[in-house]
Amino acid sequence: MRFGVVRFPGSNCEQDIVIACRYLGIDVDYVWHGDTDITGFDAIVLPGGFSYGDYIRTGAVARFSPVMGEVVRFAERGGPVLGVCNGFQILTEAHMLPGAMLRNRGLKFICETVPLRLERTVCQWVDLPEGTVVRIPINHNEGNFTADAETLARLDANGQVVLSYCEPDGTRAPGGSAPNGSANDIAGICNERGNVFGLMPHPERVVDPEASGTDGQPFLTTIVARLAGV
Amino acid sequence: MRDDLTAELAPQLAVELGLKPAEYDKIVVILGRTPTVTELYMYSLMWSEHCSYKHSKKALRMFPTTGPYVLQGPGENAGVISVGDGWAVAFKMESHNHPSAIEPYQGAATGVGGIIRDIFTMGARPIANLNSLRFGTLDKARQRYLFEGSVAGIGGYGNCIGVPTVGGEVYFDAAYEGNCLINAMAIGLMREENLTSAVASGAGNLVLLIGSTTGRDGIGGASTLASQEFDEKAEDKRPSVQVGDPFEEKLLIEACLELLEAKLLVGLGDLGAAGLTSSASEMASRGEVGLDIDVSMIPAREEGMKPFEFMVSESQERMLAVVTPELLASAQAICTKWGLRSTVIGTVTDTRRFVVREGDEIVADMPADTLASDAPVYDPAMTRPAYLDEAQAFDPSTLPHPETPAGLGSALLRVLASPNVCSRAWIYRQYDQQVLLNTLERPGGDAAVIRIAGTKRAIAVSTDCNGRYCYLDPYVGAQIAFAEAARNVACAGGRPAAITDCLNFGSPEKPEVFWAFHESVRGMSDACRAFEVPVISGNVSFYNESFGSPIYPTPTVGLVGVLQDASKRMTMHFKNAGDVVVLLGETADELGGSEYLSTVHGVIAGAPPALDLEEERAIHEALLAAIEAGLVRSAHDCSEGGVAVALAECAIAGALGATVALDDDLAPASSLFSETQGRIVVTCAEADAEALTDLFVSRGVAFSVIGEVGGDRLVIEEKIDTSIEELEAAWKPTLERLVRGELQSEELHEG
Repeated sequence: MRFGVVRFPGSNCEQDIVIACRYLGIDVDYVWHGDTDITGFDAIVLPGGFSYGDYIRTGAVARFSPVMGEVVRFAERGGPVLGVCNGFQILTEAHMLPGAMLRNRGLKFICETVPLRLERTVCQWVDLPEGTVVRIPINHNEGNFTADAETLARLDANGQVVLSYCEPDGTRAPGGSAPNGSANDIAGICNERGNVFGLMPHPERVVDPEASGTDGQPFLTTIVARLAGV
Repeated sequence: MRDDLTAELAPQLAVELGLKPAEYDKIVVILGRTPTVTELYMYSLMWSEHCSYKHSKKALRMFPTTGPYVLQGPGENAGVISVGDGWAVAFKMESHNHPSAIEPYQGAATGVGGIIRDIFTMGARPIANLNSLRFGTLDKARQRYLFEGSVAGIGGYGNCIGVPTVGGEVYFDAAYEGNCLINAMAIGLMREENLTSAVASGAGNLVLLIGSTTGRDGIGGASTLASQEFDEKAEDKRPSVQVGDPFEEKLLIEACLELLEAKLLVGLGDLGAAGLTSSASEMASRGEVGLDIDVSMIPAREEGMKPFEFMVSESQERMLAVVTPELLASAQAICTKWGLRSTVIGTVTDTRRFVVREGDEIVADMPADTLASDAPVYDPAMTRPAYLDEAQAFDPSTLPHPETPAGLGSALLRVLASPNVCSRAWIYRQYDQQVLLNTLERPGGDAAVIRIAGTKRAIAVSTDCNGRYCYLDPYVGAQIAFAEAARNVACAGGRPAAITDCLNFGSPEKPEVFWAFHESVRGMSDACRAFEVPVISGNVSFYNESFGSPIYPTPTVGLVGVLQDASKRMTMHFKNAGDVVVLLGETADELGGSEYLSTVHGVIAGAPPALDLEEERAIHEALLAAIEAGLVRSAHDCSEGGVAVALAECAIAGALGATVALDDDLAPASSLFSETQGRIVVTCAEADAEALTDLFVSRGVAFSVIGEVGGDRLVIEEKIDTSIEELEAAWKPTLERLVRGELQSEELHEG
């Protein structure tokens, strides 16, 4: 079981994913954005950061990186793909996940540890019970997820909403709990098959209890156990 | 040799470029002829205050700069200290005040970019940013624009390059209204053996320009912005402000660190103030070599650029490397891999002359040393300012102070809501505080704590300066800036290792300003000596004036301390009900220059608190011994707002109250709000109280056991009885409400 973490020019959380994986005993290596061969990797992670400076739109340039063609084919074959923050933005730009990102409501960058609620989901990357509340940092300027009403309804009906912003007790406030204004408080979604998962929060930042916490661990370890058939 | 200036025109251009007549004459003597346009531009920048330190050089010699851990003192792009096990930390603080006062987002962003380049030039990976900011009061739209823009610029740049912003400080005072201060500090980590110098050597080696193209942006930034006072024409200087590209910088960080790791470079320097002129001449001067640069080789951003424009452009995100011909291809391959331009623009020579050519035609030819080292050194006149006697003589006890719990409670809420005391979360929420996974303690506490990955160690960092104290007594104020930084770091469990400084003052050509500068440097030097802590890097920013009045003297300290065991780090919030509250130090009647006096009475006067450096150090040592012995549950220093604010902050942060009695015999307002130095609110488990107090007794430091943690109210017997909810409601929203224009600071003064 080996994770490949793609390094785009301007990625800046790729080494954090690698550190977190190694802490959890997951075999991991970098994948250069210019590479077109990702054989040997069992899961691909698109890390956070500002790929290509986030110029034009977040993720808009990175989706054209040579490696992305392979990542798309890998996902089509059922390979697990995780996009964290900028990685999530790239997944929407590459149409591997539906929807798009707007600037945060309030037009300010937000770095903050927030409560998140696990939803009933087909996502292969998680197996926490519905309603579980985890606390994970968000760190973005464009995390205000948006999609048309039909898509939002479909995401909900298909169990594609994985994580929602919520209040500390797990409820969602009537006026919305998303600090960034996200539609339906959406913090993370997966594709219909459940193998491609994008989320704005940074699970890799809450893996080491010495430094922060452990709430992010399942977001990296679950897929390992699932692929191993444990 | 191009001959583009007559003996009549040259002196006129020299004056326009900010050179004094005597300085022009010196240039003529050095060259033995009339200078060319390019030469005049190059000298005017290198001999500007910003690059040459011509007014401050002598005073700065007072600083202690050596110590057993110092690997690199002042003189390079950043100072470096060893932190053990072969690891070293590079750090420096620098101002970007004038650009930010004109274009806050780009000014602050490029301030961060510049200081980050200083760090990775040394071979260190940048691991943390901090800052120190000053603005006028936020009642005016212009001040809100500067504040919001600067914060967004710092975040926009730091977040993009993936370096966490972990701490800082901000004050608002009318003294900074025409001239905000944006001081950026960066810290990097490296293996000791990777320490690199910005040096050129080896005749025949190649000069490689890496990174962005060169344009007309930032032309003359160091001389026209950084080395002159502002006037009503400041807006016209907007074209002198550079524009940052953090994406390019991120690529530069990765490429340069890879080049250094692979040992492909002879030397590496960054292009900052005065652009290519500064980095090339300093690298040549350090290496005692000459350089031959052909500007026609430099990739230009726009057409028709003149040689002098190439030489002085402050286009951002550029680095200058020296590489041997044999390793050029390997070095350029790494640049290409990271999508960066790299161009050979010249060669190292053994002539010790700095030659600039445009193709075949020489446009400048001067002794390289004379640019970097031969700037005139001045002994500016000094006069003790006339305002000091009157300001210091003010006696705060002549004011009507509240005495009842109702009046004192209302005063506490007002001080907590003051822009200088209130929560800074609105600011640091806009900064990535965690990328790289080393941030153990985030902003909001006394000091940030960053772990040294792979070791048990960590560093604790704080930036500090109370400009009001420095205005009332620059000698004591500068000492307090140091002492508070050290106290903050001690509260996090760190032992001070070294400092960087950013000395922000008005025009050194005004005797009263220069006196304050000199006193501040003397004060900071004495404090450093008393703590045996060296100054390893720093920056002087003069000409911080607008419309004729200087800012408060603001000698900011950035202090780095070391924790041998990161798991023993300490935080400020109250932890458990039943814990014992101890006040280290002793409160004196010192309301002069206090936040209470300013907020509640609208008065900025009086003598600032006294500082006994020996006592201060003994208190820090006692606290550190107690923390290392595992006897402490929380520690928080008393600064603006005195012990009342310190207790309130511990309570708010821990969502846990306390009941205490202050046993001094001062008037109630002095007891609560006096800003006496060397005081720390410490808590411990009840079972450890005896061991803790025994330790303090054995160390001979003053302390008093003042009460107990618990409940949801802060009760200070006979003085304060307020719910944490109410304290937090006062403290939390101020900045956001001021920025939105929902609140005027006037309203904060009303009871």
